[in-house]
Amino acid sequence: MLDTFDPRLDADFPAVDPAILRARLAPLLPAGGFLTRLEAIRPYESDGLPAYRALPAAVALPETVEQVAAVLKACRDLGVPVVARGAGTGLSGGALPFPGGVLLVMSKFSRILGIDPVAMTARVQPGVRNLAVSEAAAPHGLFYAPDPSSQLACSIGGNVAENAGGVHCLKYGLTVHNVLSAQVVTLDGEILTLGGPASDAAGFDLMALFTGSEGLLGVVTEVLLRLQPLPETTRLILAAFDDVGRAAGAVAAIMAAGVVPAGLEMMDGPALRAAEDFAGAGYPRDAAAILLCEIDGQDEDVIEEIERVSGLLRESGATEVRVARDEAERRRFWAGRKGAFPAMGRLAPDYYCIDGTIPRKSLPFVLAEMGRLAEVHGLGVANVFHAGDGNLHPLILYDANLEGDLEKAEALGGAILELCVSVGGSITGEHGVGREKINQMCVQFTPAEVNAFHALKAAFDPRGLLNPGKAIPTLARCAEYGGMHVHKGALPFAHLERF
Amino acid sequence: MPTSNGSDADLTSALAEAVRGAAADRTPLEIRGGGTHAGMGRPVSGRPLEMTGHRGVVDYDPAELVLTARAGTPLSEIEALLAENGQMLAFEPPRLGSGGTLGGAVATGLSGPRRPFTGALRDYVLGARILNGQGEVLRFGGTVFKNVAGFDAFRLMAGAHGTLGVLLDVSLRVIPHPAVEAARVLDLSSGAALQQVADLMRRPLPLSGTFHDGQRLHLRLSGGRAGVQAATDRIGGESADPADWEPIRDLTHPVLARGEGLWRIALPRTGPAGDFADLPWDQGGGVRWLAAETPPAQAWDQAAALGGHIERVRGTAGPAFQPLPPSLLALHRRIKAALDPDGLFNPGRMYAEV
Repeated sequence: MLDTFDPRLDADFPAVDPAILRARLAPLLPAGGFLTRLEAIRPYESDGLPAYRALPAAVALPETVEQVAAVLKACRDLGVPVVARGAGTGLSGGALPFPGGVLLVMSKFSRILGIDPVAMTARVQPGVRNLAVSEAAAPHGLFYAPDPSSQLACSIGGNVAENAGGVHCLKYGLTVHNVLSAQVVTLDGEILTLGGPASDAAGFDLMALFTGSEGLLGVVTEVLLRLQPLPETTRLILAAFDDVGRAAGAVAAIMAAGVVPAGLEMMDGPALRAAEDFAGAGYPRDAAAILLCEIDGQDEDVIEEIERVSGLLRESGATEVRVARDEAERRRFWAGRKGAFPAMGRLAPDYYCIDGTIPRKSLPFVLAEMGRLAEVHGLGVANVFHAGDGNLHPLILYDANLEGDLEKAEALGGAILELCVSVGGSITGEHGVGREKINQMCVQFTPAEVNAFHALKAAFDPRGLLNPGKAIPTLARCAEYGGMHVHKGALPFAHLERF
Repeated sequence: MPTSNGSDADLTSALAEAVRGAAADRTPLEIRGGGTHAGMGRPVSGRPLEMTGHRGVVDYDPAELVLTARAGTPLSEIEALLAENGQMLAFEPPRLGSGGTLGGAVATGLSGPRRPFTGALRDYVLGARILNGQGEVLRFGGTVFKNVAGFDAFRLMAGAHGTLGVLLDVSLRVIPHPAVEAARVLDLSSGAALQQVADLMRRPLPLSGTFHDGQRLHLRLSGGRAGVQAATDRIGGESADPADWEPIRDLTHPVLARGEGLWRIALPRTGPAGDFADLPWDQGGGVRWLAAETPPAQAWDQAAALGGHIERVRGTAGPAFQPLPPSLLALHRRIKAALDPDGLFNPGRMYAEV
């Protein structure tokens, strides 16, 4: 299990006396902002990936940027690792505490500092929930586009750290495309502004580098977000297929025709039936796959595009094409998709959500191969995809109470990610590497590339104290894990001696 | 899709050898593309590393909306290939002369008039292969849109002016060419035009260009037939030729070409513009263009105070870029040292220390 950090393969820091830690940090924080009692810190032992759990030495709850800077500086001086945490909804263990370290919880930074409807920007603190930004912008006819499925709960700081996506990023982009500027604090306690209120800033594009850096480079304390005009009209098409490959073909046909849907989602038979049972969305239960294609924009364009897409779907062999009659039906169709994860409870006691990305053209091959791998590992898989951008979310079904089932699920998950890399894709489209996919990083990147990542991290955090053991594996870990793998046809790390 | 040009060549090995040679004798390299963006950046003294021979489209599948090409590939060749397939580069890089390369466009990082509507160059870079200071080939990102494994080092290369590595090839997300384009011209003063554009941009209209030449507001619309027609009716003004947007994109419009130099002043789109208020502007007011040999001395501080920055696009007078605050300059130096520890690549191109 990857919740146990290995001093040899991850990172090793000398333990710090709890009394010294308290003496140094507690005075820097507001009353009640320094927690060490087991019952107080237990709720922070895991994030949205509860299979991984670890306890920090202390939880710090700062309220101001100066407190964040002071805590980080003190941790640097003490040599104590620090993990920043937002709402704790991440799915890759990115906010998993480092044992013996400090967990820096940003939940007190929960204010929307301002919406500028003319500049179409929102200035927010990192603890603000994703959906709260769109809610605050709505009276101005604006919204914040990235909409991860956890948007009710997840926070903007976490979105920046993970470069969060969502069902609408096909048209509106990921977090990196929608953040103008961020105030961040480095481990040295230095307060930096990356990006700026103009469309770009002088020098290197540090905002782009920082977005998605998973808490390894600094802590976000304020963000300037780009808002978009709410579309005039939004329509949703549901198409059913009696063959998953034909559904994949329809996705390619839509994209090749030059349509840019606001969202293009696919669910296979097991996923859509579970979702239908769960949410009563009105999906055709006997279909092998369904596509949900959302078109938004100006009235006139949407009408034109809906007709075009309906035609393309029929030509691609859809057995049924339904345009949601009204807003209520559109919401119902989406409710099924958004409820797909909780719906898995009907299929198995536990599920493990995978997050690979592939070129769209590989979809039929990858689907077939994934079915084969599932059979080999003896577990079921239900498939939910952001099909338009090739982001797969296979849900591996298992039972944590069965001896060895979790290990089987992890092994199957690893095999699926390596399959994604083998067709030119990525081990993570939007959930992040975190702790969960630290080993698969060794499959996607060569030692020289991993070294470059470590060098970039060191430019911000030379002692490696920010979120150690996450996102970027050590070469020692890769050597150990990589021994079982062949990367791009060559034995990896051939220069290392093996025993 | 096969590459068809007889002069296509993969010079990765030779380029890597040249970098290793430079590392061995500690000689800095000046990375050279088509030379069209020579007005940007500070002069570099180093052994030339010619990139134009390393050329050709490596992979292009229109259905994937992704194109991968070697850095020395002429931009014109890429744009022609995309056009044949009804696709285009969303970020509309300015063509500052003929012979500009993909690598040069990415390294200089400039985006054209479409930027506020479809995004910047760095938004469309999906991945890159580069040579590091040891002459090793590194691949960052890939060919898929959603990819959060590892730091986005490929995005960092966009606009880094070749100071962090030698770009070998770049994968770009491309977009379908809009079905219809239309252009309008409105008789509006700069101030009134800014207000009008800010108002239009808050609505979901198919805008793709907003340029003010000092006298009149030029608007471009791109999208579906019905949508563009409806928006045109709403906007009013006189009809114009969408081809008029080529000189706006390429910075050859008369009001941009009349000075000894050209300076790009990026400002918050709807904020105060200080002394820059009367300049021609693009991108909804987010870019002000100063056609002059050099900006007035106080312009630099003023741009910074307004939340923006200045960079030189044409000319030779210095400084080429907005000075950085000390903390950020120090971070730039550390990032440079991380990827190019021996300072081989275009040293001093952006800042004396980077």
